[in-house]
Order: sequence, then C-alpha cells, then structure tokens
Amino acid sequence: MEIDPFIFRLSIFILSIFVGYYVVWSVTPSLHTPLMSVTNAISSVIIVGAIIAALSGSSGSIFETSNVFGFLAIILAAVNIFGGFLVTQRMLQMYKKKKK
Amino acid sequence: MSANLSAVFYLISGILFILALRGLSSPETSRQGNYFGIAGMAISIIVTFLSVGNFGPGFIYVLIFLVIGGSIGAFIAFKIPMTAMPELVAGFHSLVGLAAVFVAISAFLKPEAFGLGVLGNIKLASLIEMSLGAAIGAITFSGSIIAFLKLRGIMSGSPITFKGQHFLNLILGLLIVFLIYYLCSSQSSNIFWSIVLISFLVGVLLIIPIGGADMPVVISMLNSYSGWAAAGIGFTLENTALIITGALVGSSGAILSYIMCKGMNRSFFNVILGGWGATDQATNSKSQDQKPVKNGNADDAAFLMKNASSVIIVPGYGMAVAQAQHALREMVDALKKNGVKVSYAIHPVAGRMPGHMNVLLAEANVPYDEVFELEEINNDFANCDVAYVIGANDVTNPVAKSDPQSPIYGMPVLDVEKSKSVLFVKRSLSPGYAGIDNDLFYRDNTLMLFADAKKMTEEIVKSL
Repeated sequence: MEIDPFIFRLSIFILSIFVGYYVVWSVTPSLHTPLMSVTNAISSVIIVGAIIAALSGSSGSIFETSNVFGFLAIILAAVNIFGGFLVTQRMLQMYKKKKK
Repeated sequence: MSANLSAVFYLISGILFILALRGLSSPETSRQGNYFGIAGMAISIIVTFLSVGNFGPGFIYVLIFLVIGGSIGAFIAFKIPMTAMPELVAGFHSLVGLAAVFVAISAFLKPEAFGLGVLGNIKLASLIEMSLGAAIGAITFSGSIIAFLKLRGIMSGSPITFKGQHFLNLILGLLIVFLIYYLCSSQSSNIFWSIVLISFLVGVLLIIPIGGADMPVVISMLNSYSGWAAAGIGFTLENTALIITGALVGSSGAILSYIMCKGMNRSFFNVILGGWGATDQATNSKSQDQKPVKNGNADDAAFLMKNASSVIIVPGYGMAVAQAQHALREMVDALKKNGVKVSYAIHPVAGRMPGHMNVLLAEANVPYDEVFELEEINNDFANCDVAYVIGANDVTNPVAKSDPQSPIYGMPVLDVEKSKSVLFVKRSLSPGYAGIDNDLFYRDNTLMLFADAKKMTEEIVKSL
C-alpha cells in the first residue's frame, strides 16, 4: 500500500515542531526580541503562496479576484520580509561585548 | 523546474530558517543566523518563480508589488525607534495573519492554480487545511491589531471585560469548527466567508480583555498563531518550507508565552482569560497609604552610588516610557570611572515584550555581558551595596515571597531588598500594574527618588 503524501508532510511538520522546541530553548533570553522579529520575517515565506496565487491563470486575465488577493498578500508579506529581517539586523548590530 | 527539484530547494530554505533561529543562541552567531534566514527566503522566492514558470505581464506586476512592499518594510525598519519595538512586532504579526487569509481566499477561489481540485469540488484535506489556515490567520490579524492599538496607546491598555465574554468566545470557537465541518460537505463559498469573518471577531474578543502588562504573553501567543496559520497554508500548498517555518514559529511563540507566564507565575489560561488586578486589588493598597517613606534627591543618590563598590540596576517598563536608557548608560559610565562595579538585572517580564529591556540597553551601547537574567544575578543582591530600580515595580515586590494572599504570590521576583540600600526611581507611590502596593517603598534601606526616570538619572549624572 502507498503512503499518503500527507503523512510525509505531517511527519515533517511534527519533527519541525521538535526541532523548533529545542532550538528556541537554546536562544539566549537577551535575544528574545530579535527572535520574535526574525520569526516574523521567516513566517512571511507565505509569500510563496501569494506568488502562486498572483501568477495563476492565463496571461490575458491577470486581475481576477484570486490574483488580486495574491497581489495584496505579496505586498503584505514583502513588508514583513524586508521589515522583519532589516529590523532584526539593526537590533543585532547593537549587541556588543565589553571593550577590553 | 521539476516539482521534485523545487521540493529539495524548499527543504533547503527550511533548514536555513532553522539555522537562523539557531544563530540566536548567542549574540556573536546571531548576525550570521540572520543572513541564513535571508538566504532561505531568497531561495524560496526564486524557486517559486521558476516552478510557476510564468514570466508574462503578471510577473512584472509581482515584482512591482514586491518592491513596493519591500520599500515600505525597509523604510519602517530603519525609521522605527527601538522603544516602539513591541508595537512593531504586533503590527508585523497582523500582516502575516492577513497574508495567510488572502492566500487561503485565493486558493479557495482558484483551487486549480494550486492543484487542489476545482471550485466547488476542492479536495477534502485541502479544504480543511485552508479553512484552518484562514481562521487562524484571521484571528492573528485582528488580535494583533488590537495588541498594536493597546501598545501604541491608541486604545487604553486596561482590560475590557463584559459578562458572558468567555462563553461567547467558546460559542464562536465551536461555531468555527462546525462551519469548517459544514464547509467540507457543502463547499459553499458563503460558509467560507463566514468562517473568515467570525475568526476576525474572535481575534478582537480574545485580546480586548488582556491588560497592558500582560502584553509579553499576548505578543508571544500571536507570534505562535501566525506560525500555525503559515503551517496550515503550507499543508494546503504542499510546501515544505512553509510547513517547517510554520512549525518553528509556532513552537517558538508557544515557548516564549510559556516563559512569560512562568515569569509571572500565572497559568496561560489565567492570562488569556484576562482582567488581572483590574477588579479586587484597589482596596488592598489604600490601607497602606499613610506609611512613611524616605524621600531622597539626586545628590543623595549620587553620593550613595559613588561610594558603593557594586551597584545593580533594575530596569523596567518605566525606563522604556521615559526613554531613559541613554541617560542610564551615562550614569553607569560615570560610576565605572569611580571604580564602581555595575551590572544590570532583567526580569523575564520586564517591559512589554520578551527581551524588551535587553534591546533598549543594547541600543544605549550597554555591553550584553553586563546584563544578567533573574536566575543569574538574584544571589548577587545580598552582596551589593546599591540597587537602582528604574521604572520597575511589581517585579521587585517582596510580597510575592511572603504573602500568600497577594495576587502575585509565587511570582519570581528580583531580591532587590537584600542589597544594602535601594534607590527607587518612580514618579509617585502609585501601585504598579498588578494594583498592589510595593512593600519595598517603606523599608528602612529604601530611598525613594520621585521623578521622571530620565530626568532623575540625568541629574544624578550631573552630581556625579
């Protein structure tokens, strides 16, 4: 019997939760704010779905309702990607060690 | 690009995202981690373009929108002051939530583009996944908007409660589950829209009863939700990068919520159900109003600290409000010149989001190896000469250790009272967020400095 591909995705999902659990516990508390902003940025990988939605359909009709929602989602996700990574970078640049 | 090849690339992006979080285990590796994250994102986007393979006029529009969104994001990232970080993060969460809703809507309207069947006959599993993604996304969106308004001060930070609130939330939650079930059999788009609308409402109702100082929990919780929403969409799109990221972000937010709740010794549900200190604590504080306090000025404080051998600084939300971090740093520099050993003690729930104080201190060029967490530094108060409490209150209240009747009993607190003397910068004697009086104000070794945190610190710098 074939295994449903859904089960594979579910396995990836559950294993990633465990990976996330251990990785996040090892994050130093002083970097919890950058952690939030970077998780924010990476969850915007949802832009993948937005791009597929925006580019779906024939080239003659690129502004159907579903495309429009895709374009809107692209803007939102792009704000988040650039904003999230850049603000994280800005914060991380501030963390400095004591000068010897 | 073949489906298998792009799946491999999505897996690589997923791994890069894991490395991005892994980098945050220390400030030295964190910057490199951020680059991993950016690389993962770039790979995902490029692979998606290649696998869709549609480089017609639509592609140009996608690039244009990408640039528009990106410039807005970059502008915000460079302009935002560090003190506004909590509301920025809340705002970003709302965008992820809304993007998830939009993607779910387009997948519902045009399932064939995603290989999920046709409108009116979408695969059952995909239907469940996309409606869950849409529902969680919508809750994340409206909840984050409320959190944003509260943090920004546009909406009052005090909890909004009404009778039957929790019951209503429960009913609406069950209704969403029922509608998803019904959607699976009917495939009706009206049902789909209802799910989205009710979820928007639930998001608002969930966050309005939660008060300002509980925001660290709320932000972490919404962070977690945005992850679960992304994962839901990831299952719909059968995209590994999205599934991995969703799981990472979801568990990250959940862990942060747990840490924040533990920092207040409250259960998650106790926070979410809201309304702490808004009700029954007002009477408690009145009886103690008449106790004598020792009132000091900047010169006294400067004298005490200059002659100390070690000083511990305890910053709180008040420091963020007064933007006193730079003045504080100047004060510490002056003290160090006098040979005083200075360190900083951070309570897990100080401020309005996890790690809020650390970022502000980092902004003021405080080296991170002078900043300590509660467990690391709590024993040092006994050997320290002066504790300088600036803008913190409840997290120093010894009542949490001594009075089982107190609502904050059992909450881990900084043992500030053990130091030889305590300088408490505060605008008035008013109780903190929890609505309880701080015993510390009336102790013999406490000197109250009634002033704005920034002004007082600047004056101390002058008299040093």
